[in-house]
Amino acid sequence: MQLHDIWFVLIAFLWTGYFFLEGFDFGIGVLTKLLARDRSEKRVLINTIGPVWDGNEVWLLSAAGATFAAFPDWYATLFSGFYLPLLLILVCLIVRGVAFEYRAKRAEESWQRNWETAIFWTSLLPAVLWGIAFGNIVHGVKIDAHKEYVGGVLDLLNPYAILGGLTTLTLFTFHGAVFASLKTVGDIRERARRMATVLGLLAAVVAVSFLAWTQADKGDGTSLIAMTVAVVALVAALVANRFGREGWAFAFSGITIAAAVAMLFLTLFPNVMPSTLHESWSLTVTNASSSPYTLKIMTWCAGIAAPIVMLYQGWTYWVFRKRIGTQHLADAHVPGATGADTHTPTPAS
Amino acid sequence: MELALAPETLARWQFGITTVYHFLFVPLTISLAALVAGLETAWVRTAKQKYLKATKFWGKLFLINIAMGVVTGIVQEFQFGMNWSDYSRFVGDIFGAPLAFEALIAFFFESTFIGLWIFGWDKLPKKIHCLCIWMVSIGTILSAYFILAANSWMQHPVGYRYNAHTGRAELTDFLKVLTQDTTLVVAFHTLTAAFLTGAAFMVGISAYHLMRKKHIKVMRTSLRLGLVTLVIAGLLTAISGDELGKVMFKQQPMKMAAAEALWDKEEPAPFSVFAYGDVEKGHNTVAIEVPGLLSFLAHSDFSSPVPGINDVNKAEQQKFGPGDYRPNIPVAYWGFRWMIGFGMSSFALGLAGLWLTRKKFWLAPGLRTGDEEPPRLALTKNKELGPRLSKWYWSLAFVTLGFPLIANSWGWVFTEMGRQPWAVYGVLRTSDAVSPGVSQGEVITSMAVFTALYAILAVVEVRLLVKYVKAGPQELTDSDLNPPTRIGGDPADADRPMAFSY
Repeated sequence: MQLHDIWFVLIAFLWTGYFFLEGFDFGIGVLTKLLARDRSEKRVLINTIGPVWDGNEVWLLSAAGATFAAFPDWYATLFSGFYLPLLLILVCLIVRGVAFEYRAKRAEESWQRNWETAIFWTSLLPAVLWGIAFGNIVHGVKIDAHKEYVGGVLDLLNPYAILGGLTTLTLFTFHGAVFASLKTVGDIRERARRMATVLGLLAAVVAVSFLAWTQADKGDGTSLIAMTVAVVALVAALVANRFGREGWAFAFSGITIAAAVAMLFLTLFPNVMPSTLHESWSLTVTNASSSPYTLKIMTWCAGIAAPIVMLYQGWTYWVFRKRIGTQHLADAHVPGATGADTHTPTPAS
Repeated sequence: MELALAPETLARWQFGITTVYHFLFVPLTISLAALVAGLETAWVRTAKQKYLKATKFWGKLFLINIAMGVVTGIVQEFQFGMNWSDYSRFVGDIFGAPLAFEALIAFFFESTFIGLWIFGWDKLPKKIHCLCIWMVSIGTILSAYFILAANSWMQHPVGYRYNAHTGRAELTDFLKVLTQDTTLVVAFHTLTAAFLTGAAFMVGISAYHLMRKKHIKVMRTSLRLGLVTLVIAGLLTAISGDELGKVMFKQQPMKMAAAEALWDKEEPAPFSVFAYGDVEKGHNTVAIEVPGLLSFLAHSDFSSPVPGINDVNKAEQQKFGPGDYRPNIPVAYWGFRWMIGFGMSSFALGLAGLWLTRKKFWLAPGLRTGDEEPPRLALTKNKELGPRLSKWYWSLAFVTLGFPLIANSWGWVFTEMGRQPWAVYGVLRTSDAVSPGVSQGEVITSMAVFTALYAILAVVEVRLLVKYVKAGPQELTDSDLNPPTRIGGDPADADRPMAFSY
């Protein structure tokens, strides 16, 4: 196995980590509208990912940075080609991050409601758009002899890619519901579990069609194995969820996402962005990669840093392992607020 | 729609806008993380309540600020590929590595430990909680270092060779990229300026409360910490700036000639205080100068020659072929002056403050104040500054709290625009760096979207900061003072509310 192959695997791994972790973040965001009955339940949901969403999102930045370093041409073609969808994703990630941090910083109801609406939409849109992006990457796009994307925005909205977008949306929302049932306590936990069943069945229909289409289109033996793992894990997640084994359900919904991402990357290899215009214009792990020297340095860096990152991120999840419910929500220490906050002296301004 | 613009113009504006905006938050984040960490350490060590109050107060402002720093940083990670794809292809082999290092080593660090710090007040023993904010601080500094190494490579490319076969620059010596003098000096200058920024912010807000005789105990401590940091950081910023100037004279003579509006070689060369000139004809019509000072800044003696803009332009034309190798000279000239002017005014203010609020040394007993009173500004051992002048000092300290932010922005505008027309100095022109496949319409769209979004968020953010600054530090509760001793919190009381929730 050569270094650029290793880096293909590492980038696949970073995207898998991103979709596994941010998958339930996006799901939780969507569920604030679907599952939460009132404001405090919304808050409970948001707080299940409160301490970790930022660290989860860095997996995306690492994937992008690693792509830049290991496959500069892939980075350049992908991000200049998928310009407008990426712009929309970036806007969502900006608003979403601010929404989490600022929502509780003022007591006004309209302020909080606006940020909650923002959290819903900015979780839903990227969940769809990443699926569309990956659908297009796997399927191939119009890339010319100069490695430039020459298609338009509408070319990206083909049926296969849209099905990919629906797959990520439904899988992430299911993953989020399972996560919610694992991390909450009380009434909302039961409802999260019931909703997970519905969402899981929906995800199964959409995801299986997408993966089967992928397999028929580009698949081989190994991708069939990955697909089988994804489907079996999805069924297992549904079963575990049905029997109230929330930890297992979460593990299996995570495996579903990981296996689905793995399948996409397996069907992609050795291309990184196939061209639909001419086979020899495709970007591959060899013609898009950095020099062996850069890859060697990067391998050292990732080899040392990535395990440490996983250790301390894992530790964070362990520190915040306690389930939360509406009774655990802290009084917001908002200056000038009334009600629950009356024990705090209001400073004259 | 026909636009009479060079393809790179819009992309340059967009990069400029988004980067300047990002860098309003970065220096405050870097310095406040360390200052908050210092305050929390003081609390852990002494158990004095004022330190905990200060930690929580500055911590809140820090979090409001870092939220914007994080989200505006996301855009930067993608913008190279979006708008500058030819640049990314050409330098990805080199430039990508520090970026990936930054994400893998620094971003994960900051983002994970900031979560632990925000939500961990009732989940972590206080020493470990304090360690978390130190980790955040280390993360912010590491991330600054890696990204500055990447930028410094664009200013002064080292450790690479041009591969004619692949048509791109390829890395040959990564250690050199990380340790070349440009990287080290730029990192030194940026970090000291960051601490100047945070310190001026802290001094200004403390002055605001002390002037109103509110939250005195906490604000006295904060003022002291702010002033000491301000003076040390200001001094180091000046020293590092001088170092950086010398490096630039060597590596980018054009930038420094432009900074001084020095058109033709002079020996000895003067430092320009004010200049007004004709860029087309290449000379100044008005010039107020300090003789010999520029020679000193460039080479540490008062007589050596310094080449001017016209000389360097000719030399570069001979080296790189015909073309105009001059940056925007008024921007470079005034950017340099605003940077020094705004930055050093804050330093001077800090120096004055440190003298005026000094404690026991050379201070008559009658002028000494206790912890519960605001400090009296003392001019000499026995003489207090008049009430009017005292009020002036406090107000001035408050209204200038953003001066270093202006200095930072101009400093970066000078550094980046002084390098034009090059994206990588001497190697890749900016006009060859843009994405060929991205249309003007797409760039206009993204520029409009980012500018509008950033403007709205700026208003939201500033109003939140004002609200929390005005409110001042909060009273502490029992649970604040008695954090748990076990990781994961206290298992005995299952329904205890969290110390913090979004």
